[in-house]
This record gives sequence, structure tokens and C-alpha cells, in this order.
Amino acid sequence: MSKQPIDMDEELGMFDKPANVKRLLRIFYTCVVLLLIVDIFYHKHTIFAWEGYFGFYSVYGFVACVILVIVAKYVLRPMVMRKEDHYDD
Amino acid sequence: MTINALPPALIMILGGLLLPLFKGRARQALLLLLPVISFINLLQIPHGSHWILPFLSDQLVFGHVDKLSLIFGYIFHLVAFLSAIYALHVDDTIQNVAGTVYAGAGIGAVFAGDMFTLFVFWELLTISATFLILARRTERALGAGFRYFMVHVAGGLCLLAGIMLQVAETKSTAFGLIGLGTTASWLIFIGIGVNCAWPILHPWLTDAYPEATITGTVFLSAFTTKTAIYALARAFPGTEELIYIGATMAAFPIFYAVIENDLRRVLAYSLINQVGFMVVGIGIGTALSMNGAIAHAFNDILFKGLLFMTMGAVMYRTGKINATDLGGLYKSMPWTCGFCIVGAASISAFPLFSGFVSKSMVMEAAAHGDMRWVWFILLFASAGVFHHAGIKIPFFAFFSHDSGIRCKEAPPHMLLAMGISATLCVLIGCFPQYLYSLLPYTVDYQPYTTSHVLAQTQLLFFSALAFTLLLLAGIYPAEIRSINVDADWIYRKGCRQIYRFCRWAFDGINEWANRTFAQQFTKLLGQFFADPGGNLQKYGYRLLIETSGIEGQYEQMARKISSRSRSASYPVGIGVLLAVMILALTSILLILM
Repeated sequence: MSKQPIDMDEELGMFDKPANVKRLLRIFYTCVVLLLIVDIFYHKHTIFAWEGYFGFYSVYGFVACVILVIVAKYVLRPMVMRKEDHYDD
Repeated sequence: MTINALPPALIMILGGLLLPLFKGRARQALLLLLPVISFINLLQIPHGSHWILPFLSDQLVFGHVDKLSLIFGYIFHLVAFLSAIYALHVDDTIQNVAGTVYAGAGIGAVFAGDMFTLFVFWELLTISATFLILARRTERALGAGFRYFMVHVAGGLCLLAGIMLQVAETKSTAFGLIGLGTTASWLIFIGIGVNCAWPILHPWLTDAYPEATITGTVFLSAFTTKTAIYALARAFPGTEELIYIGATMAAFPIFYAVIENDLRRVLAYSLINQVGFMVVGIGIGTALSMNGAIAHAFNDILFKGLLFMTMGAVMYRTGKINATDLGGLYKSMPWTCGFCIVGAASISAFPLFSGFVSKSMVMEAAAHGDMRWVWFILLFASAGVFHHAGIKIPFFAFFSHDSGIRCKEAPPHMLLAMGISATLCVLIGCFPQYLYSLLPYTVDYQPYTTSHVLAQTQLLFFSALAFTLLLLAGIYPAEIRSINVDADWIYRKGCRQIYRFCRWAFDGINEWANRTFAQQFTKLLGQFFADPGGNLQKYGYRLLIETSGIEGQYEQMARKISSRSRSASYPVGIGVLLAVMILALTSILLILM
């Protein structure tokens, strides 16, 4: 319950060190690239033809999330966002 | 048939109502024991219909047991037990009773063999749930609880009207396959839809769940929507409309979830998103899709409950739940953080976690039915749910910027409940055959094919890549202290306009009537009857003067009349005068008619 000022002497958490964050990101990017490379060598057994295209799931996942965020931020938010006391009057 | 067991819902509901008689440790023990005893009781009940009571011209069936009702019965007992562990610290009679009765009502509804019994448990769900919201005892919770109650009462009445018409048409109260067609079936369909949080009917969920108590929300997330899923699976399998409703449910809440600040409200939106997958599965109506929908309901109860538990624990320790106030808690609450990540991985359907083995069944059923657009929307929703529930929830609560909050780890009983839930999520994900054996239809389905695992992993990793890059580029929407209006605007703001209009129109009429009749008219009557004989003569005399044109003598005559009537020197009394007048009036009326 307490919000104390951050104690500078306390042990820094794992993600307080930028080097660790950088390392984690590097591992993550490597995984992403590897997953894309696998698609060249492994042909999926699929129901729809397009599922077997190179990188279909990767591209769809990426594009879907970018569209999701862009639409939510630039279309939905201006339409629906109100002050916190909107309903309070 | 006589069996040595009690009706499935009886132990929880009766036990729940007896809780106020116990205090302290005894009550805690009872809270934990009730789901266990009730579960053991359930295991004694064979398949078939039991506890049949005559009712009017038909019958009530308190225990209709088959594979469909049993799997819901099992998971309801399991989650009731887990929620009881999680809520062990709560020493509040209202919450203790409401939570237990609420779970009992859910159990009663899925074992109801006739529509009237279903309706009674359906309403009991609403009433007990309302108390779980009100028990937060804040002004916002009071408003949200009131709205929750009103919406569900409206939905319940819609259901009841449908049941009445259905019974009148079919002469049977049995709750089974209904199918869309008649007015009755539509009313039942929409009545269930309210509890299922269909689009536009949904805002009770995102309005009330984040306002309920910390432990109340854990209970709430499990029963109401899943009871509705059960009812749809029983009455409306293969109804095409459900596919479109479900696809909409899966897609639209994720946009809201991305910009929502209250993390429990983010989870409420993702709850609608997950229920969307189940609704699509029921709409497709094949054995695979039905199994998928039901398996997903089973899994969702566990991982959504787990996620609400972790956010509840954060709230319990920090008193905050907005993403803008939290961050960096992984140092203070490492276990809660870990369990949250397991829940996030499960809802995102990572291979080896529970969501993977059930969501994929619905997806595959949609593909087999060649429903391309539905499949694309569901795939979009799969990527989106990872984005908002899988990454956003753990990231903003436990990582992100350091909020400076240093608190204790969640209390042991909360950790235990979260730990069991998380373990089950992983176990079901790794050994899905045990869950599959409980499903109502026999289907040979293998979730772990190389193609499928690879496809899902690629989808999720590239969703995560999108999140990472958008966040690093500063495009990801910053959390803002705000609220986002939803369809509840219709009754929270729109209805105020109706209210204002009514106040203007009806209050206007009321005021006019008050002025005219209550004040002016009675005043005139009073003046007249103060001296009816004299006044009548004066009016008659004035009329005479005005028509004849003779002037000047009115004042003198009026005074004379007044003094005469004051001294009461009339040959006939006022009563006689009035009687004559009424007789004259009625005779004129008679002649005219």
C-alpha cells in the first residue's frame, strides 16, 4: 500500500538495466527472424491455400496489430474518449 | 427414481444462505468445504432427469444431467472452489453469501431440465451478482450495480416472455433444442443474448465488472456469460446468426481494450472477445465447433479468472488499477507477475497453454466450413487478444516505467488460488486429452501438429514484434486518464435526454393543470359559493343590463342584492335554489339528448 520514494541503494531490478532490456530485445528479434526463416523450409499442411504462402501468418499478425493500434488510436479514441467525470454530472 | 444425492444447486445455495450463522474460522472452513461437498454430491448423480416436481400443468426438473451440463457443472465447481480460496480473507457477510449463492445459481441453471427452473436460477444469478458489485460500497459501484440490475432484469423479462410464448405454443416446458423461427424463440434468444454480452447489449459487463469488489469480479467473470453459453449450446446450436454475432464480439472489444486505462476493464473487454469465439463455435454447430466452444468456455473460466485474480492482487496491495498509476511491480510481486504471464499466455493461445487447445478447434471448424471472412476476423481477434490481454496487461502492470510503488507480494491464499489456476492452464495446454474426454461430442482432434504450432507461434511473435516496434517508435497510444463511451451511453446519457424531455412535457402539463384547476377554478368556485344566491342574481342582473343597454343602476342594485343576501331575507333557501338549478340543467340535457 505504501508509495515510498525509490531507494537508490536498493538492488536494481533486472529490467532497470538498459543492457538487459537490450539483450532481451536482441533475443526476441532473433526468434522472430528464425520463425520467418523456418517458413522457407517447412511447408504447412493447411485448409485454405493462402495459409501456406510464405510468411502469411507472420505478415497477418504484424499487419493486424499495426492496423489495430492505428485504428484504436486515431479513429476510435477521438470518437469515444471523454473526461473521467463524463457521467458524473 | 430415487438416488442418494441432493439436487446439484442445493448445497451451494442453502449453504450460502446459512453462512451468516457462522463466524471466523468456521465460516472460512464452510466457504471452502461447500464447493467440495457439492462436487462430491454431483458425482453421485447419474445421467438422466431427476427431482421432477409437478408444477401447474407441467413439471419442474431440478437435475437434468448429461455430458453438456456436466462439463459446465465440473468447471463451475472448480472455479467456485478457486474463488473461495482467493476470497478467503474477505470477512464480509454480504460478499460471502452472494458469492456462494451466485455460484450455486450458475450450477442450478446448467442442470435445469425445464425452462421455469432455468429462469429462476437465471434471475438468482442476477440478484446475487448485483450484491457482489454493490459490496464494493463506492458511489460508482452503486451506479454500476444499479445499471447491471436493470439491464439484467430487462433481459430476464425478455427471456420470461419468450418462455411463456414457447410453452403456450409447444405445450412443453422442457429446456432443449429450440432453434430460431417463432417470436417466442427470438425472445428467448435475445434474453440469453443479454447475459452473453452481445454487441450493443454488452456494456453492463464492461461497466460493472471493473467496479465490483476485488474478489467479486473473479466470481463474476466465470458464471453469467458461461451460463449463457451453455444455454445457447443447448437451445440454439447451428444458428447462423450466432456466427456473425460472435465474430463481431471477437473483433470490436479489442479496439476498446487497446485504449482503455483501467486494467480490469481491459480484461472485461477481452472477456467479450473470448466469449465471441464460443458464440461463433455454437453458431457453426458442427461437432468440432461445439466441442471447441465448450472447451474454450472451460479454459476461459480458468485463465480469465486467473487474470482477474492477478489484477485483483495488484489492486489489493497497491489500491490502484489504472495503467497510468502502475508499472515496475515485477520486483515487488514476482509470483503474481509470473502467474499473470501464464494467464496471458493461455488467453493468447500460446502452444502448451490452455487457450491453444480450444480456440484452434473453433478456428479449424470455421475453416472446414469454408467461412473465409469469419476465419479472417477470428485470426485478427487472435492476434489482437495477444496484443491487449497477452502483452498490455502484464506489461503495464508489472513492467513499463517504474511507478515507484513498493508493496508486499500477494497474500498466501491468493497466491495459492492463482498458482492452482496457472498450473491447470499449463496442464490442460500440455495434456488436452483429459479435457477432450469430458466434451459432449466424440471428436478426434489433434491440436499439436507442426503446421499449427508453427502458424500460431509466427502469428503471436509478429504481433509481439508489432507491439515492440510501435512502443519503441512512440506510436503505441499512451494511457490517458479518461473513460471511453460505449453503447451504455444510450442509457447513461441518452436516457437522461428522454428524462429531460419527459420532465419538460409532463411537468408542463402538470403545472398547467395545477394552476388552472387546483388554484384558479377552485378559487372561483369558492368565491361563487360564498354567496351563491346573491352572486347568481348579480350575474343575471349584469347580463340583463349588458344585453338591454340600460346603464348606471348596476352598482346600486348590486349593493341591494348583497345586503339582502347577507340578511338572508329570501323566501327560499340556497339549497332549494341549487336543487332547482340542477333540475333545470338535467332537464335541458335530457331534452337535448
